[in-house]
Order: sequence, then structure tokens, then C-alpha cells
Amino acid sequence: MTLAAASHGFLTPSGVEIAFLLVGLVTLGAAVVTVTTRQLVHAALWLVVALGGTAVEYLLLTAEFIAWVQVLIYVGSVVVLLLFGLMLTKAPIGRSPDADSGNRWAAVAVAAASAVALVWVVVDAFRATWIELGTPQGSTETTGRSLFQYWVLPFEALSVLLLAALVGAIVLSRKGDTAITGDGGTPPGPGPGTPPAPGGTAPVARAATGPVATPGPAPREEQR
Amino acid sequence: MHLVYPAVLAALLFCTGLYGVLARRNAILVLMSVELMLNAVNLNLVAFDAWLRDTLHAGQALTLFTIAVAAAEIGIGLAIVLLVHRHRGISDIDRLRDLADTPGTPDADATDQQPQPDTKAEATA
Repeated sequence: MTLAAASHGFLTPSGVEIAFLLVGLVTLGAAVVTVTTRQLVHAALWLVVALGGTAVEYLLLTAEFIAWVQVLIYVGSVVVLLLFGLMLTKAPIGRSPDADSGNRWAAVAVAAASAVALVWVVVDAFRATWIELGTPQGSTETTGRSLFQYWVLPFEALSVLLLAALVGAIVLSRKGDTAITGDGGTPPGPGPGTPPAPGGTAPVARAATGPVATPGPAPREEQR
Repeated sequence: MHLVYPAVLAALLFCTGLYGVLARRNAILVLMSVELMLNAVNLNLVAFDAWLRDTLHAGQALTLFTIAVAAAEIGIGLAIVLLVHRHRGISDIDRLRDLADTPGTPDADATDQQPQPDTKAEATA
């Protein structure tokens, strides 16, 4: 600790620890409120506090680039996606009494038991271990160098994974769209809806020229 | 900095997320709890990377990968939840029991047929 204090300078290590402890308390409290509140939108907003607190912890651990990536991706996009999901599933705005399921006390027991076990093991294992935070570990230059020198292949594989996830999300939401327009387009107007279908190769032609050739679903598509 | 601080915080965050996954009923709240668990793992990775001073920075690279995979997971998960909500009108994971085993009865099909038809009708409609 004294060595880290000598090399660090403006913040004594106990100061870093105190800051880490305070931010950790805020983060943990926000996380607990996130999983216990009965207002669904408030849960998403408290999740912002928890994720932002984790970003501050990354900054205190001198992982600067990861902290900003955390702010960008989690706070910027994941929480917004979750809020969109809450709105699109028509989540109740006020207090919803059935936010917790029936096995709540079993969940409390499991979480408390695992917390006690994990904290005990971790404290017992790392009782005499200190992190020396003298030199920053995760500046943008360091992270970029290590990422593009040693981790290029996983990085590219990750981009393929992201592309697959993107295509998968589009297919998941689009298949529902075509199924709904296909099923919803034929029952109201059986007259104009059915004649184009039996003509020729059904699935391929419908997949290729579906919204253009069939006169029935086309205005529905335009309305959306 | 003592290594115990980030390790204990990560353990407690993980257990909070574990409670949320087990106790929540709405599928989107379960996804939020999964995000909390992933964050706890990321905090552990960053702390141990700062402790071990790895020359490859494996912990931070893996943290970046985890963040990207979590973003992909949340996208796919929300797409599935929205699809289920569009077909069934519900997003409560307690009530999505089409694949559930009813305990005690050897053939679950015969007992499941009674509550099934309205949900099947909703699914096909």
C-alpha cells in the first residue's frame, strides 16, 4: 500500500478504497432496488444507476476504455432497448403487484446462501492481496494495442457474432410480421387474397415478390 | 487497493442478479437481472486484470467481448420476448408453461389438454 501511495500521488490508496467503497454501496443499493421494486420502468432507471456505478468502479480500477464502453453500450443502448421492450410489451406504468413470482422466498434463500458462500471464499482467498494501481492498466492505447495485436481473431469472430445476432433479431421480428400479414391478409378478403397464391411456385414466389405482386397485403404494408 | 473490495462487490452484485432471475416474473426484468450478473463478472475480470498486470490484457479484452455478447444477447432476448408477447399477449414467464411437466401424472398430455386449447388458439390466431 505504501508503494502504491508513493507512485500514485494525488489520491492515497485509502482514498481510492474509500471512493470505491462509497460508489460500490451506491451501485449495490441501486442493484437491489432494481430487482425488488414493483414499478417496472423504475427498475430500468435504477439499472442505469447500477451500470453507471460499475463504470465508475472501472475508472477507479484504471480501466478507462472499458468504463467508457460500459457507459456507451450499457447505459446508452441496452437500457434504451429494455425501456423499448417494456413499452412494447405494454408494461403497467404504476405499481404492479405481480412483479415478483411465488418462489420469492426460495430465491431469497438461494441468493443469500450463495452470497455468504462467495463472500466467505473470496475474503478468505484474497485477504492479503493488494492491487497496485500505480500505472494505468487500461488506457485506450494499451487496450487497442493488446486488442489488435493479440486478440484480432476473436475480435473478428465477435463481429461475425454481432452480425448473426443482428440478422437473427431482424428475422425474429420480421417472420412474425409476414405471418401476421399472411394470416391476417387472407381471412378478411378471401376473394383477392387467395388467387395469387396458387399460381405457380408458391413459397418462392411469395417470398420474392410477396409485398409487390399480391394486391391484398400491399396497402397494409404501406400503412405501416 | 485491496483486492477484496472489487471481489466482494462483484460477488454481491452477482447474487443480487441471481435473486432477480429467480424471483422476477416479467421476462424483461429477468433480462435486467441477467445484465447485473454479467456486470459482476466484468468487474471481476477488470479487477483481476489490474491485479495480475497481464501483458496480453486478457481480462480487459474478455470484458469487451462480454459486453458485446451481452448486447447481442439483449437484442435477441428482447426480440424473442416481443414475439411471445405478440402471439400470446403475455410476458410473464410463470404463465408460459407449454413445455412444463406437470408433476405426478405419468402422461402429461392428457392433463395438459384441458388448459391448453385457449392458448393454442391464441397462438394460431
